Amino acid sequence: MANLEYLKKTGWQKFCYNFVNFFKNLPHALANFFKKIPLWFKMLGRRIASVFLEVYYAAARGDWKTRMSFVFMGFGQLFRGQVLRGIMYLLFEVVFILYMVFFGWKYLAQMGSLGEKAMEEVWNPDKGIYEYVYYDNSMLILLYSVLTIFFILAFVYVWYQNLRTNNILQEMKEVGKKVPGTKDDIQSLANDQYYKTLLSIPMLGLVVFTIIPIVFMIFIAFTNYDQAHMPPSQLFDWVGFDNFADILGGGVSANGARFAYTFRAVLLWTLIWAVFATFTNYILGMIVAMLINKKGIRFKKLWRTVLILTVAVPSFVSLLLMSQMLSVNGIINSTLMSWGWIKEPIPFLTNSTVAKVTVIVVNIWIGIPYTMLMITGILMNIPSDLYESARIDGAGPAKMYFKITLPYMWFVTTPYLISTFVGNINNFNVIFLLTGGAPLTQSFEEAGGTDLLITWLYKLTFNEQNYSMAAVIGILVFIVIAVISLIVYNKSNAVKNEEVFG
Amino acid sequence: MAEKIKKFRSKRKAEITTNVIVYIILICISVVWLIPYLYLVAQSFRGESTGVVGYMFPKEWTFNNYIQLITDTDTLNFPMWYLNTLIVSLVTCIIQTFIVLATSYCLSRMRFRGRKGLMNLMLILGMFPGFMTMTAIYFILKQIGLTGNLAGLVLVYVASSAMGYYISKGFFDTIPRSLDEAAKIDGASQHTIFLKVILPLAKPIVVYTILTSFLAPWGDYMFASLMMLGETDKFNVAVGLKEMLTRENLPKYFTRFCAGAVVVSIPIAALFIWLQRFYVEGVTGGAVKG
Repeated sequence: MANLEYLKKTGWQKFCYNFVNFFKNLPHALANFFKKIPLWFKMLGRRIASVFLEVYYAAARGDWKTRMSFVFMGFGQLFRGQVLRGIMYLLFEVVFILYMVFFGWKYLAQMGSLGEKAMEEVWNPDKGIYEYVYYDNSMLILLYSVLTIFFILAFVYVWYQNLRTNNILQEMKEVGKKVPGTKDDIQSLANDQYYKTLLSIPMLGLVVFTIIPIVFMIFIAFTNYDQAHMPPSQLFDWVGFDNFADILGGGVSANGARFAYTFRAVLLWTLIWAVFATFTNYILGMIVAMLINKKGIRFKKLWRTVLILTVAVPSFVSLLLMSQMLSVNGIINSTLMSWGWIKEPIPFLTNSTVAKVTVIVVNIWIGIPYTMLMITGILMNIPSDLYESARIDGAGPAKMYFKITLPYMWFVTTPYLISTFVGNINNFNVIFLLTGGAPLTQSFEEAGGTDLLITWLYKLTFNEQNYSMAAVIGILVFIVIAVISLIVYNKSNAVKNEEVFG
Repeated sequence: MAEKIKKFRSKRKAEITTNVIVYIILICISVVWLIPYLYLVAQSFRGESTGVVGYMFPKEWTFNNYIQLITDTDTLNFPMWYLNTLIVSLVTCIIQTFIVLATSYCLSRMRFRGRKGLMNLMLILGMFPGFMTMTAIYFILKQIGLTGNLAGLVLVYVASSAMGYYISKGFFDTIPRSLDEAAKIDGASQHTIFLKVILPLAKPIVVYTILTSFLAPWGDYMFASLMMLGETDKFNVAVGLKEMLTRENLPKYFTRFCAGAVVVSIPIAALFIWLQRFYVEGVTGGAVKG
C-alpha cells in the first residue's frame, strides 16, 4: 500500500490495517528469522576454524622460538624484543600452574559429586567432649570450581593469544618490520591502547563481582541448596532441572505445587504492576508537565520546586512514612473516620486487593515528579516552528497536542519507558518498604499479596535460606526481562524503518 | 470592529477560565504532595506520646525526639547509622565515578576489538536481577571475612558499576569528534585528551554521576540488610529507620523515626535541589534520544 493511501485512512482504519498486516507478515518474519540461523552458524564456524588455523600455523610454520612458546608462554616475545610482555605471559603461566596444582584441581575434581562427607562428630580425648570435624563443604566446592573453570578458560584464551602474537611477530621479523619494544608498549598504553589502562580495573570488577557470581548462582539453581541442605553441616547435590520443573509445573518435590502456584500469581502481579506503574506515571506526569508549562501560568518555578521536593527527599523516607500514614490506625484512616466519611478504617495495606491499588497510587505520588522533570525538559526542546506552522494551517490546541506533542514525546522517550518498565519489574523498595510484600497469603509459599518476583526472592533468601529456589526465580526474571527487551527492541527497529516522523 | 472586540473578549474569558481551573488543580496537587511531609515534620516534634496517633499536630511541642535520637544509642544507634551511610556513600561515590567515567569514555571514544561484544555483554548482565550477584558475593565475602563489614558493602555497590555507563556514554557521544582530532594533531595522547579536553566539557555529566552515586547508598535497603544480617550497629539509615517501625519498636520509636527521617532528608534534599540542574541535564541529555 502506498504511503499516501495509508496516510489517507482514518485512525481506526489504520489500526485495522496494522493489525491484519502484523499477522499476515508473521509467517514471513518467522521464515526470515529461521533463514538467518544457518548464516549465524556459518559465522560461528568460521570463527572457530580461524582459531584452530592459528594454532596450526604456529605448529607447522613456526620457527623454534614460536614452537617453544607452546610450552613456555612468552618465550617468543622474550627473544624477539618484547621483554615486558614475555615476562607477563610467563608469569601468568607459572601462577596458573601453581594454582591448579595446589588448589584448583582438588575442587574441580569434586564438582560432580559436590562432596562425599560433610562433617563428623569426633571424640576429642584432650577436651573430653565431642567435636565437629568438617570435611567437604559443598558450597565452597562449587564456588572454587567455578573460579577454577574461569581461570582455565582465561588460561586457554591467553595461551591462544600468545601463539597468535608469536605468529604475527614471526611474520613481522620475516618481512623486516620493526617489532614494538617494551618502551613503545608502555607509551602506547597512554595512547592507542589507553582503553586497556582505563578498562582494566572496571573489567576486573565486572568479572570478579558480576560475571562469576552470576555463573555461580546459575549453577546453584540446579542444586538443592536450602535450609535442609546447609553447608558446612550438610551437603547439597545436583538435582538437574527439578527446581525448574517444580516452579513451572509443580509436582516434583513436596512443595512443588505450591511453588508453581505462587510463581504464576506473583509473576502476573509483577507484570501488571510494571505496566500500571510505568504508564500511570508517564501519562499523569506528562499532563502535569503540560499544565505547568502552559502559557499564561505563572510561578512555574514554584510548582516545579514543590514537586521536586518529593524527588529530593530520599524515596525510602517517603515510603516508610506512607506505610505509617496508611496503617490501620494511621492518620489517614483516623482523619477520614473523624470526618465521618467511613465507619471503619480502610485496610489500605492489609487487604490484598486494596493493597495492590494503594501501592500503585503511592508509586504515582513518588514517581510523577521524576517524569514531570524529564518531560518538562523535553517539552522545552520541541522546536516551536512545528507549532507555528500548525497554527498557520489552522490547527486547534487539541489537534496540535495529538499530532505534534504526543508523537514527538513518544518517539523521544521510548528508551526511557523501556528502561523504566524493566526497572519497575525489579522495583524492590516501593513494594517492600510500603507493605513488606504483605499480606502474607496462606496458599502462597512465603509470599504475600503485593509481592513482586524480586521481593519474593528476597524473602526466600532472608527468611528461608532457600538459595536454590531463589536462584531459579532470578534466572526466570532474567528470561522475562530478556524476552520483553528483545521484543520491544526489534519492534522499535521495525518501526524505525517506516518512521513517518523524523 | 465591535464584532472583533466581542470575539476577543470572549476568547480572553475562555482563556482566563481555563487558567483559573489549571491554577486550582496545581494548588490541589501541591497541597496533596506536601501534606505527608508536613505530617512528618510536625510529628517529629510531638511530646505527649511516641507511638502512632490519629491526628496531625502535636499537643505538646518538644525537641525531645531529636535529642533522644542523638543520645539514646543503646539499641538503635542512629548516629552510627548516619556515619556508616555517609562513609559508604562517600567511598562508593569516588570509586563509582571513576569507574563509570572511565568505562563510558572508552566505549564512546575508542574503537577496539570486542567493543560491541562488551556492550552487549553488559546489556545482558544488566538483565539479571542484582540480587543474584548479591547472594553470591555474600558467600564470597563470607570466605574472606568481609561480611558485616562496611568494606564489603562498598564492594557490592561498586562491583557492577561499570554497567551504569549508558547515560554517561550517551553524553560523551554528543561531544564532537573534531575536538579529539584537533588535540591529536597538536600531539596529545588519549590520556591527555581525556583529562584536559573532554572532562572539562563534561562537567554536567560528571556532577550527575557523582550525585547519583552518592545518593544511591542512602536509599538502599535490599543489599544493606542482607550484608549486615543482624548487626544493628552496622546498618545504614534505610535499614535502621525501617527497624524502628517494626511491630515491637513502633510504639516507642515512631516520633523518633520522624525526627530521624527529617535529619536524613534535609541535607539530601538540599544537595539535590542545589544540583538539580545537572540531574535534569543528565537525564534528558544522556538517557533520551534526540
